Amino acid sequence: MRHEVIEKNMGLMIILIVVAISFGALVEIIPLFFMKQTTQPVENLKPLSALELEGRDIYQREGCLSCHSQMIRPFRAETERYGPYSVAGESVYDHPFLWGSKRTGPDLARVGQRYSDEWHRAHLYNPRDVVPESNMPGFPWLFENKIDGNDTANKMSALRMVGVPYTDDQIASAKTEVRGKREIDALVAYLQQLGTVIER
Amino acid sequence: MNELTSFWSGWIIVISLGSIFGSFILLSVVRKGQRFNSETEQTMGHEFDGIEEYDNPLPRWWYWMFVMTVVFALAYLALYPGLGNYKGLLGWTQESSYEREVAKAEAEFGPMFAQFSQTPIEELAQNDQAMRIGQRLFANNCAQCHGSAATGSYGFPNLTDDDWLYGGDAAAISQTILNGRIAAMPAWGPMLGEEGVHNVSQYVLSLSGNETDVKAAQKGQQLYTTNCLACHGAEGKGNHLFGAPNLTDNIWLYGGSPQQVMQTIRNGRNGQMPAWEGILGKDKAHVVAGYVYSLSNQ
Repeated sequence: MRHEVIEKNMGLMIILIVVAISFGALVEIIPLFFMKQTTQPVENLKPLSALELEGRDIYQREGCLSCHSQMIRPFRAETERYGPYSVAGESVYDHPFLWGSKRTGPDLARVGQRYSDEWHRAHLYNPRDVVPESNMPGFPWLFENKIDGNDTANKMSALRMVGVPYTDDQIASAKTEVRGKREIDALVAYLQQLGTVIER
Repeated sequence: MNELTSFWSGWIIVISLGSIFGSFILLSVVRKGQRFNSETEQTMGHEFDGIEEYDNPLPRWWYWMFVMTVVFALAYLALYPGLGNYKGLLGWTQESSYEREVAKAEAEFGPMFAQFSQTPIEELAQNDQAMRIGQRLFANNCAQCHGSAATGSYGFPNLTDDDWLYGGDAAAISQTILNGRIAAMPAWGPMLGEEGVHNVSQYVLSLSGNETDVKAAQKGQQLYTTNCLACHGAEGKGNHLFGAPNLTDNIWLYGGSPQQVMQTIRNGRNGQMPAWEGILGKDKAHVVAGYVYSLSNQ
């Protein structure tokens, strides 16, 4: 085929470009969907409870991801500071992943149970109350906002459709479990379970 | 468990090698029939807005650079894992690379930590090297709550003042770090009523020489004797066994204003120190214990 034919036919050129660049995805992404290492949950991994799930949504809403990663890489410098490196099986129930790629603050993949609930509350209200040199913003409104829980069950059903094994009971009781709880309590519940499945 | 099925392994191998050879063949085919040396005045024959294109070959350095990328790709795929389940000639894995790094550090620092762990905490606190390590471990793990100068903040104890909730001897500090602590000051509001809370707070404040309402404090003393004495002691000196603070030293974890003391009595306090044995391991926790010990025992 003469090159001119492609150059003068935009539709054909677009199709051929897509074909050309799709090779990378075909090799690097598609096979991962069929690899047990990435599709099988690690032992004892449980779906988030209704309250933790709401906390996770608050984590996303407030943009925690912009400054905190949840991905400990297999280097000694990282495991010394944060704990065992992250493995794919821990994130199987995460939709979407909150791995992040930017660390203004520390990695949070194993922050669970590292500090007390009270510390998290003090720190999220105004970080400088406990860490004077911190440049993290405070989130005082989390202490006032209440969760109504109207969407919690729907969120869990949606997650079940993409493979998170919620039971009917969990979904049925979701609303009563979270209704009236403060947003801060949901967020702290979410943070306190991060990375606790893996034995340290 | 980490293996791909042979279909997907074959898929990756065929597409990867196919792409590499395919682009090499494409390059060779395009280059065929072109002159290599002399530049030409001959054009490709097309023109746009008066712009024409000479029919010159691909620059030679460019061609060879392309060949080099092909060679590099093949060499890389031969040495490192990349082609499906093929492990690569070097046998490199992410895990083994991590484990080598850790083993190297273990060989370097292991004996040092082993020696530290044999040293009593009191003696370790005099060891300069151990204390420099301890200071860094503290900054990384403990400073979030206790502050980088270990002076604490509201709700998080100051570790430099020689006032201890659970005891400041080496064994107690070590216990606190390894296993954590959970304080259990109950909420007395429902039991004492608002007036009772006020009276007890006045008495408690009088213990450390603060100015108080004498009448209220007297009433408070009776309530103290029946309700608070079990943990805080007859003289209010506290009890390390329960983490009950000394009320006579005018050092306040949750603030010493009348309002704050009333708040503490009314709603209780359940300060929590997490357990660090699982995170730090015994050896590092031992060094941190030495560092904390050194802060108030210079």
